[in-house]
Amino acid sequence: MAFFIETLIGGLMAGMLYSLVALGFVLIFKASGVFNFAQGALVLFAALAMARFAEWLPAWFGIESLALANVLAFLITIAIMFVAALLIERLVLRYLVNQEGATLLMATLGIAYFLEGFGQTVFGSDIYKIDVGMPKDPVLILENVFEGGILINKEDFIAAVIAATLVTLLTLFFQKTATGRALRAVADDHQAAQSIGIPLNRIWVIVWCVAGVVALVAGIIWGSKLGVQFSLATVALRALPVVILGGLTSVPGAIIGGLIIGVGEKLSEVYLGPSIGGGIEIWFAYVLALVFLLFRPQGLFGEKIIDRV
Amino acid sequence: MIYRENGQFKTSYAADQQIFPIRQDRIAILALLIFAGVGVPLFADEYLFRAILIPFLILSLAALGVNLLVGYCGQITLGAGAFMAVGAYAAYNFLIRVDGMPMLIAVLLGGVVAALVGIVFGVPSLRVRGLYLAVATLAAQFFWDWAFLRIRWFTNYSSSGSVSVAELDFFGWRIETPVEKYLLCLGLLILFALVAKNLTRGAIGRQWMAIRDMDVAAEVIGIRPMYAKLSAFAVSSFYLGVAGALWGFVHLGSWEPAAFSIDRSFQLLFMVIIGGLGSIMGSFFGAAFIVVLPIFLNQFLPWLGGLVGVTISTAAVSHAEFMIFGALIIFFLIVEPHGLARLWSTGKEKLRLWPFPH
Repeated sequence: MAFFIETLIGGLMAGMLYSLVALGFVLIFKASGVFNFAQGALVLFAALAMARFAEWLPAWFGIESLALANVLAFLITIAIMFVAALLIERLVLRYLVNQEGATLLMATLGIAYFLEGFGQTVFGSDIYKIDVGMPKDPVLILENVFEGGILINKEDFIAAVIAATLVTLLTLFFQKTATGRALRAVADDHQAAQSIGIPLNRIWVIVWCVAGVVALVAGIIWGSKLGVQFSLATVALRALPVVILGGLTSVPGAIIGGLIIGVGEKLSEVYLGPSIGGGIEIWFAYVLALVFLLFRPQGLFGEKIIDRV
Repeated sequence: MIYRENGQFKTSYAADQQIFPIRQDRIAILALLIFAGVGVPLFADEYLFRAILIPFLILSLAALGVNLLVGYCGQITLGAGAFMAVGAYAAYNFLIRVDGMPMLIAVLLGGVVAALVGIVFGVPSLRVRGLYLAVATLAAQFFWDWAFLRIRWFTNYSSSGSVSVAELDFFGWRIETPVEKYLLCLGLLILFALVAKNLTRGAIGRQWMAIRDMDVAAEVIGIRPMYAKLSAFAVSSFYLGVAGALWGFVHLGSWEPAAFSIDRSFQLLFMVIIGGLGSIMGSFFGAAFIVVLPIFLNQFLPWLGGLVGVTISTAAVSHAEFMIFGALIIFFLIVEPHGLARLWSTGKEKLRLWPFPH
C-alpha cells in the first residue's frame, strides 16, 4: 500500500511538470490556433539562456551571491523570451494568418529548428547545470500511518508547488485582468474580438511571451533535474499526450491531463513494465491518451466539436 | 511560344483523359525518363549515386505515400517513419526466415505488412480528427521505435540491435554497384508513381479528396468514411513500407531503429508540405529539396568560411545548418504556402502565354 501511494505521488508530481509544458501548448493554441511544436525548443532555449547567464554574470561583474546571479539571469532570460516572442510574431506568424493547421504546424517546426540551432550556437552545446538551490534529499512522511513511511523527493515536491503556483497565477491573469479577458475573447472568436477593437497582433505577442515564461519555468525545473542539454527539447514530445488528453483548448484540461498521464506512466512502468519490457512509458502515455480520445474525440475538457455541412 | 497546345485536338475520350494531355509535356517527361534511365548512369559518379540520387529516389517514394494520406485524404500523420520501419523490419524478417525468398518479393511483402499495420493505426482516424489525430499518430511512431529496440525477435536476436542485409539478389541478378541500385529504385519509383497518379485520378482518389475537403459532407453524399480513410492509410503505409524496406536494404545496408526515428517522420512531412500537398509532382520537388539542402549547406558553409578566412568547426556548421534549414522552411511557407508544385504550375501557366502578359 505504501509503495502504491509512493508511486502515485511520484506520478502526480511528474504529471505536474508535464502540465507545465502542456500549458505552453494550450495557451498558444487557444489564442492563435497554432499548434506550437516549438514549445520544446523554447524550453531548451530558455533553460540554456538561464544556465549560461547564471554562469557568465558572476564572471563578468564579480557577483558573489548565487541567489542574485540567478535572479538577474532569470530577468535577462525573461527579456530574451519577450524579444523572441516579438520576433516570432513579426517575422513568421504575421504572414501565416489563416493558413491551414498543418502549414502552421510546419512553421513552428521551422521555428523549433531555428531556435535549437541558434540557442546552441550562442550558448554552446555542452551539458550545463542550473543550480537554483533546490534541496535534493528525499524525506519520509506519514511514518506513523504506514510501516516504513512514504519516500518523497523534496525537489519534485518543490517543483510541483512552483508549477501549481504558476497555474494559479495564470488562471488569475486570465480571469481577472483586462489583458486576460482580451486573450479569452480572441480565443473564443478571432473576428468578433477584432471587431470590438482587440489588436490581434499584440495579443499574439503576449501569448507567446506568456508561453515563453512558462517555458522558462519548465526549463529551470527540468534543467535542474536532468541538466540542460539538447534532450530537453524532447520534453515537449512527452507533454503532447497530455495536451490531447486534456483538450487542446482547455487550461484545466492541461493540468488534469498532466496528472492522469503522470500517474498512468508511473503505474504502468512499475506494474506493467516488468512483464512486457522496460521503457514503455514513452508510448504508453500516447496509447492512454488515444483510448480516452476514442470516447471523447475533443479531449476531456475540449470544446465540443460540432459538424455542419 | 514553344509551350502551347494550339492545334492539338482530342478526338477520343482516351486522348482527353490521358495523364499528360499536352504533347510538349509528354515529350519532356519521356526525355526526362530517358535521361534518368540512360544518361545519369553514364555520367554520374559513385558519390552522386550514394549521397544524393538513391536517397532522393527512395525518399520520393516515401513522400508519395505521405502525400496520398496527408495531401489527398487530409489525415495529418506524424508517424510516417514508423511505417517505414515496419516495412524495413518486416522485409528483413521475410528475407532471413523464409528460404529462397526473392529480395523484391520480400520488399513488397514488407509493404503489405506495413499496410496492415497502417490500417490498425488508422482506426482512430474514424473518431479523432485534425491535430488530435496528428498527435495520436505519434503513438505509432513511439510504439514501433520501442518495439524494434526492445523486442529482440524482430532483429533476429542480433547482439548490437542493428540488422544488415548482405547481398541483394534481383531474380538471379546480383545488385552490387551503385548504378544497379539506382536503376532498381528508379524502376520501382516510376511504377509506383504511375500507380499513385492513377489512383488519385480514379474513384478512390476522388473519395479521398471528398473526405479531405469535408468529411461530413462526403458522408452525406454516400462516401463511406471508414473505407475511404482506411484505404488511404493502407495505400500510404504500403508506399512507406516499400520505401522503408528499400531504405534499409539498398541505401543503408545495415540499420538500427534510429534510422526511422521521429525526425524521419518530420522530414517526410516537410517534403510534402514544401513540395505541395495533394500533388504527385510536389512529392518529388519536396524530396529533392530536403535531400539536397543539408548536403549543400554542409559543403557550402565551410567554403564560405574559407572565403572570409574563418574555419568553421563541424559543431558550428551543424548548428548553422539547423538554423538555415529552419529559416528556409519558414521562408518557403510564407512565400508559397501551397508548395513548390504551385510555383511550377504558375510557371507553366506563364510559359503558355509567353511572350504575352495575358
